[in-house]
Amino acid sequence: MTTSDTVIEVAGLTKRYRETLAVDDVSFAIEKDKIYGLLGRNGAGKTTVMSILTAQNFETSGELRVFGEHPYENARVLRRMCFVRESQKYPDDALPKHAFATARLFFPRWDQEFAERLIDDFQLPSNKRIKKLSRGQLSAVGVIIGLAARAEITFFDEPYLGLDAVARQIFYDRLLEDYTAHPRTVILSSHLIDEVSNLIEHVIVLDRGRVIMDDETDAVRDRAANIVGDTAAVEAFAVGREVIHRESLGRVSAVTVLGTLTDADHRELALAGLDVGPVSLQQLIVRTTQHAAADAATDEGALR
Amino acid sequence: MIEEGRALFLQIAESVEDSIVEGSLLEEGQAPSTNELAAFYRINPATAAKGVAMLVEKGVLYKRRGIGMFVAPGARDRLLAERRAAFATRFVGPLIAEASKLGLTPDELATLVRDRAAASIEGKTE
Repeated sequence: MTTSDTVIEVAGLTKRYRETLAVDDVSFAIEKDKIYGLLGRNGAGKTTVMSILTAQNFETSGELRVFGEHPYENARVLRRMCFVRESQKYPDDALPKHAFATARLFFPRWDQEFAERLIDDFQLPSNKRIKKLSRGQLSAVGVIIGLAARAEITFFDEPYLGLDAVARQIFYDRLLEDYTAHPRTVILSSHLIDEVSNLIEHVIVLDRGRVIMDDETDAVRDRAANIVGDTAAVEAFAVGREVIHRESLGRVSAVTVLGTLTDADHRELALAGLDVGPVSLQQLIVRTTQHAAADAATDEGALR
Repeated sequence: MIEEGRALFLQIAESVEDSIVEGSLLEEGQAPSTNELAAFYRINPATAAKGVAMLVEKGVLYKRRGIGMFVAPGARDRLLAERRAAFATRFVGPLIAEASKLGLTPDELATLVRDRAAASIEGKTE
């Protein structure tokens, strides 16, 4: 779906490394001024997709448009984007202030005051060489650049390796505050799904190079439920529903069913003495991913 | 404060409704803004905006141009009526289900509810 608000458009994007299909026929659209979560397991293809979108890698095939143009060697497009990656490299003798000075030159909407406030928030030593910083402090350098750049599209790829819970909360709070004051498009890749689930308006899940979920986050929050109780009663309720996970302990079973429960469902569950529990976004993604993997294994088995 | 498994915008709308029902937000009083709600609950402002929009559509809040959102006159009575109507399904239904599971008779259940309710109201007036 393309609207005038689309800032990134990807259709049939594929990246092949020799034998490996890292990105497999991926299509999605990113709209202006929304916060997206790009989620999925390690190796699912998240970093590859973001690298291609920021012209640090090439597609094998497929179409991509960022602000309506192909980003490769396209300075006009690249200046409007910021890619904060986990493994960002800096020159050997660089100090954090050098990295910030470079960013200030590159990003037209850089806010120096905001950067300085963030340096304080993260208690970053400005006069220590980047090479000598702790893992968390190194992550803070990237996070500060990503926030203070105020780029029209900012990619945060697992930006917080080594950041403790307090520092991560500072990152989330500053991101929300600054996004509210200066709306822009943010694509946040993370495996700390529960931590970011309230921040992201839209969720895209990649699994083995494919998109397995592309939805408004709030719409998926009640998409699944855990049903727990006597095995026979649980199985009776599960008939005709899509079950994405099943476990049992003696005569008690727990199933995760897809689909929003209706009032009639709730009455049926109460009558059958079954308990209903919520499924967090993280659980839903884990279950959906496992389910997709099981389906893929069945398909392959059928082909043999 | 925020529970899993339910749409956030609904929970935000309910939190505002709660304040109106409890009387901490008065009719014609100014309601928290979308940004205040987003910051307080640490959620995406678009989600908070959706909750506020729902309350406007329901006639619980109304917008004063350039000033903000306000609680509509009559909102509290309407919310009370809505909550009372939902009370039987939301609370009494599960209560009866659990009571019958434990073998409590309707009379025993009624006595239990009456005694507890009386004690709780007495406790409050002291």
